[in-house]
Amino acid sequence: MPKRTDIKKILVIGSGPIIIGQAAEFDYSGTQACQALREEGYTVILANSNPATIMTDHTVADTVYMEPLTVEYLSKIIQKERPDAILPTLGGQTGLNLAIALEESGILEKYPTEMLGTSLDAIQLAEDREKFRQLMHDLNEPVPESAIVNTVDEALAFAEEIGFPLIVRPAYTLGGSGGGMCYNEADLREITRSGLQYSPVNQCLIERNIAGFKEIEYEVMRDKNDQAIVVCNMENIDPVGIHTGDSIVVAPSQTLSDREYQMLRNASLKIIRALEIEGGCNVQLALDPNSFDYYIIEVNPRVSRSSALASKATGYPIAKIAAKIAIGLTLDEIKNPVTETTYSAFEPALDYVVTKFPRFPFDKFTSGNRTLGTQMKATGEVMAIGRTFEESFLKGIRSLDFNDDDFYLPECEELSDSDLLEQVVKADDRRIFVLAELLRRQYDLEKIFELTKIDRFFLVKLNKIIQLELELKEAQLTEALLLKAKRMGFSDRQLERITSLTEDDIYEMRMTHHIRPVYKMVDTCAAEFESSTPYFYSSYEEEQESIVSDRKKVIVIGSGPIRIGQGIEFDYATVHSVLALKEMGYEAIIMNSNPETVSTDFSVSDKLYFEPLTLEDVMHVVALEKPVGVIVQFGGQTAINLAEGLTRRGVTILGTDLEAIDRAEDRDKFEQLLTSLNIPQPRGESVKALDEAKAVASRIGYPVLVRPSYVIGGSQMEIVYNDNELEHYLKKTTHIKRKHPVLVDKYLTGIEVEVDAISDTETTIIPGIMEHIERAGVHSGDSIAVYPTQRLNKRIKDQIIETTIRIAKALDIKGLINIQFVVHEDHVYVLEVNPRASRTIPFLSKITDVTMANIATRAIMGEKIKDLGYEEGLLEEASHVSVKVPVFSFQKLKSVDTILGPEMKSTGEAIGRDKTLAKALFKGLVASGIDIPFEGSVLFTVADKDKAEATEIALGFQQLGFDIYATEGTANHLTNQGVKAIKVDKIGSDQENVLSLIEKNTVHFVVNTLTSGNKPLSDGFKIRRAAVEHGIASLTSLDTARAILNVIDQTTFQACPVVVNQEVIR
Amino acid sequence: MKRQLILEDGTTFTGEAFGDLSEKQGEIVFNTGMTGYQEILSDPSYCGQIVTMTYPLIGNYGVNRDDFESIHPSVFGLVVKELCDAPSNFRTEETLDHFLKTKGIPAISGIDTRKLTKIIRKHGTMRAILTEADKEIISAPTFVDTMTDQVKRVSTKNPYVVPGRGHRVVLVDFGMKHGILRDLTKRNCHVTVVPYNYTADQILELKPEGIMLTNGPGDPKDVPEAIDMIQAIMPHVPVFGICLGHQLISLASGADTEKMRFGHRGSNHPVKDLTIGKTHMTSQNHGYAVRRESLEGTDLELTHIAINDDSVEGVRHKQYPTFCVQYHPESSPGPEDTTYLFDQFMTNIQTAKRMNKEAL
Repeated sequence: MPKRTDIKKILVIGSGPIIIGQAAEFDYSGTQACQALREEGYTVILANSNPATIMTDHTVADTVYMEPLTVEYLSKIIQKERPDAILPTLGGQTGLNLAIALEESGILEKYPTEMLGTSLDAIQLAEDREKFRQLMHDLNEPVPESAIVNTVDEALAFAEEIGFPLIVRPAYTLGGSGGGMCYNEADLREITRSGLQYSPVNQCLIERNIAGFKEIEYEVMRDKNDQAIVVCNMENIDPVGIHTGDSIVVAPSQTLSDREYQMLRNASLKIIRALEIEGGCNVQLALDPNSFDYYIIEVNPRVSRSSALASKATGYPIAKIAAKIAIGLTLDEIKNPVTETTYSAFEPALDYVVTKFPRFPFDKFTSGNRTLGTQMKATGEVMAIGRTFEESFLKGIRSLDFNDDDFYLPECEELSDSDLLEQVVKADDRRIFVLAELLRRQYDLEKIFELTKIDRFFLVKLNKIIQLELELKEAQLTEALLLKAKRMGFSDRQLERITSLTEDDIYEMRMTHHIRPVYKMVDTCAAEFESSTPYFYSSYEEEQESIVSDRKKVIVIGSGPIRIGQGIEFDYATVHSVLALKEMGYEAIIMNSNPETVSTDFSVSDKLYFEPLTLEDVMHVVALEKPVGVIVQFGGQTAINLAEGLTRRGVTILGTDLEAIDRAEDRDKFEQLLTSLNIPQPRGESVKALDEAKAVASRIGYPVLVRPSYVIGGSQMEIVYNDNELEHYLKKTTHIKRKHPVLVDKYLTGIEVEVDAISDTETTIIPGIMEHIERAGVHSGDSIAVYPTQRLNKRIKDQIIETTIRIAKALDIKGLINIQFVVHEDHVYVLEVNPRASRTIPFLSKITDVTMANIATRAIMGEKIKDLGYEEGLLEEASHVSVKVPVFSFQKLKSVDTILGPEMKSTGEAIGRDKTLAKALFKGLVASGIDIPFEGSVLFTVADKDKAEATEIALGFQQLGFDIYATEGTANHLTNQGVKAIKVDKIGSDQENVLSLIEKNTVHFVVNTLTSGNKPLSDGFKIRRAAVEHGIASLTSLDTARAILNVIDQTTFQACPVVVNQEVIR
Repeated sequence: MKRQLILEDGTTFTGEAFGDLSEKQGEIVFNTGMTGYQEILSDPSYCGQIVTMTYPLIGNYGVNRDDFESIHPSVFGLVVKELCDAPSNFRTEETLDHFLKTKGIPAISGIDTRKLTKIIRKHGTMRAILTEADKEIISAPTFVDTMTDQVKRVSTKNPYVVPGRGHRVVLVDFGMKHGILRDLTKRNCHVTVVPYNYTADQILELKPEGIMLTNGPGDPKDVPEAIDMIQAIMPHVPVFGICLGHQLISLASGADTEKMRFGHRGSNHPVKDLTIGKTHMTSQNHGYAVRRESLEGTDLELTHIAINDDSVEGVRHKQYPTFCVQYHPESSPGPEDTTYLFDQFMTNIQTAKRMNKEAL
């Protein structure tokens, strides 16, 4: 059927900031959809508040709005643009929820706008628990017994009826927020209460627990001609009970016979047909391992994380095809973009095994609750492809980029058998490593099966890996054994741990015996049809399918899984580098392991190697492709970390070289550099003992910043104010004990400033200088960044520009450099230099209209910045004010303290852009999910050191008509200073107290600063957690509080008396 | 134990032996289905062929007692990347290795099956030998001529009845998959299964209300006797043909068939039903096809096409209630999207019965 000609302009809704449960996959699907729609000749209007995405690039849509994703702003866009249709199914749950809200607001009727893809009815059928259950009942498809509840009592009544264990699932929430497993009444009370809170409709589903069933997913597509197909099915290694986003997943299913496969396929197709979805849909099913009984768990009537995974796993671009279906094309007339000879109406045939691993944030949040359940906790994921399960699995493990890339966690070795058994049942993020340890101890497989319900198929496979490991430990490493290990997916580093050889020895041995992988193509059809997709994975097989061209090539290393501190920003930079290389006529080759991203869309680069980002894996591609060199500066720390090994093995690093990287990252060398340039930096020293630390601290004066040397993303960094706190820090962290040096630096409070610059060694340009709202001490990724700067005078700015240029030249920077400064008492100090792309690149590129990664890539490849038409120094600043506001996923991470500090905690960012700072901030805060009320109340509970400053803020809120609540100490102080503070009791009181105030949603903001000691279970911690769990903004930096106060002040009109108490106010 | 697979073009693959250890020659083909190896191995249409599974992990769920498509598998050999020796599924009765040993079918694992598949795709189906690895290969091995008597080998020797209370259907067995029988008995048919060489008179004597022509192995032109039979029955009784049955109906109606380069084998083949304008996923296994141009001037009307290569996937007779498809609506293995064709057959039978009644 031909595409529709009655619509011309389509509004696409993005998914907004990255949070747990909604990550880069929607950048990938959104970008694909926009491109597909434009390919078909439609005008695309895009709304997304996430500046870090490729999707919001000016090249992706005709008109891009980076405005808050709320009904208010979308209504304004609709009013202004008058689109004919709206496509909400590519923006995750955010997109769907907005579609429902827009429909209910009446705006779509007022300015006739048609909903494409999935009808509102279908969205509600799939999302509303009651309607969904009714539909399944009508279709004769089984769902677990359950009850819809709106109160805790209803939940208890249901439990009485069917017994425990039960699962609570809140309605309309992302990634299962607020849900969980309940084994007793106390669990049920607590989880239902929080679930009702999270659900925007105050509704939860209480369901019989079917934990232990196989969890199977089908990605299905349907067009308006009712033609429906399965793109991919997937099997979770972790059975039902652990959120699929947190499970290790394989594709295709491994333990299903054709009958089971077809039975579940039929059910999935029946559902997508019943929902009349025109596009993609995800169906999750639970299959009894002992019969043909199954249940439908969930249906997502939209593209999802799983569909991004399925797209990369099969090569079938679900979002692109879904967009084409939405405008009326049918599957049998859309060409298969992979083969280019066949059509999209087919089901991909895989001839490899795909494994997906979740990437958890617990390397950052060590105190967080790591137990896995129905609430997703992973921030990102990796995918690996192999010709056997073992190969795919081990490639996946080393793609995670933590824990030495090994299927081995040293801490497990110290656990007793019973501890291991307990942990393997309780299942936290380390479960698979605990399992490995049990296998190393030759624990009975059948018992492990009984405890975990992980299918015996997978247990046997994992055991094969461990058995070979044990064999390798005992035997001399022969050529045959080495080949066997490589075929099973062992990495050289893994072999280094197991054997007595070094990684380099093993590499040499392999080269001598010609043990190298070949590359196989992902072609959607198991080689049945000729295909020219430049999408490859490695395997120790016979035939080499990756044909090397005679063009000049460059390999760009991506950034691997999305994690805190290394997000989608780096994918943005990677993609732009690749595009620049293509423009320059190079063959641009990309290596990455993240299935969610745009960079791993095979149509972006000339060639995609979907591989782990380890030295070994990169070397294999280098050896085959023989590129001019490798670019490591866009892929975050993951890529930069490869520079050393690649240089050692004689590979050319294009752009800033290893020596410069080392001079910026090595503490001593860095200090020498700044000293030689006569650039001030906070005083500090490296220490190895407590006494030494105390001596240094007293010499430079408290407060001091303490951290282990060689840290990434502010990991384990803290500000301490006295000897006690210093001692506490050194005891808590084990660096001293392990004889690792700790850095003690003077903590300078002041305005933090961040600069991203590009240099070609001759000319350095600064597209923009950003200033942080929060003072230095809060990690730059967690601060609100403002462009252009608002509080810096010309002298300071000039000094920043000059320092940047000097550092760039001294380091011989070729490409990007990021420098963080603190302006302390009118002096500029350098805090940190990163000789690579930073997280602000996409934000800055978009607001300054300078595609920084493109220019940087040109500089890297030898073009002169001057020839591109730029002059050294700061480029002309834009007239609009833009702010980048961090977004956190604290709701999903129980037991994680929300206090902001030197360690980064945010998962994403939103943008606010307008004519004034206040307006921009307002939008940015709204876009980040903070509700800005114009009346209400604020709760203050601050540390002594902050009381004076807090008073001004409290006074400000009071003047705007807000009620002020405060805990005793704070209240006394405020009252003394003329603030009418309402005193509330501390936690534990029978009376109205801080917690009950939060629980009853009496207050709109909580301003809470950290008391000394940073104890995890302090009252402050409980207050902050309570606020998060009740969806109340908890402001832990007074700067943020002040900014919000200013925003409210400047965006509202107050009633101002002229006479007060018979006195005229002047 | 090592084993090798030698192709007609001289390519040799060395891997591990499993299943039976005999030497076997056959036509090498590949199947892209990711599940369903048990059904594939027991599908009589593979008689004379060595099947390569493109999915690399085979044997994962073992072999069970339910999913056979014939009693005695007639496939000549199996080629896989990795054999699973510890299957896991609640219905597992034995390992694939054990099953193949019992049935005397040789197999090889541990080879680059993707490379093999690409060779078959490029060079077309060819002959191959599964043999011991240490056997000296002096020059190219001598390949025996391609078989022509597969249907005779796999068809039932004697007729038998699968009783039911519904329509009386005579099923002519050219190498029937049990799935076809399953779909007929599900619709309460009273089925009489007869050998491939039953004459039209013998069949009509059974007073069938419908005649089902099944799938089967090899070249349809190797079964000329069936063509005469079909020409004689079509005017009298509704006929439904699948796979080889479809090719034989086409030949009997004046169209022609040809050998395909490497055929269609798998569970993901899109076929458009032109009569309703919808595309379905189908299960396929055929190395021959009806030539599209040859339909011109015959009484056949094109009803189904493969959307990827436009080949003929189904026709119906303009005069008689005869229709047939190249693919497998009975699935087993594969998608069950097109079982509606069996309902259509039932409708044809009913219509014919009503008309006969009216004629009386």
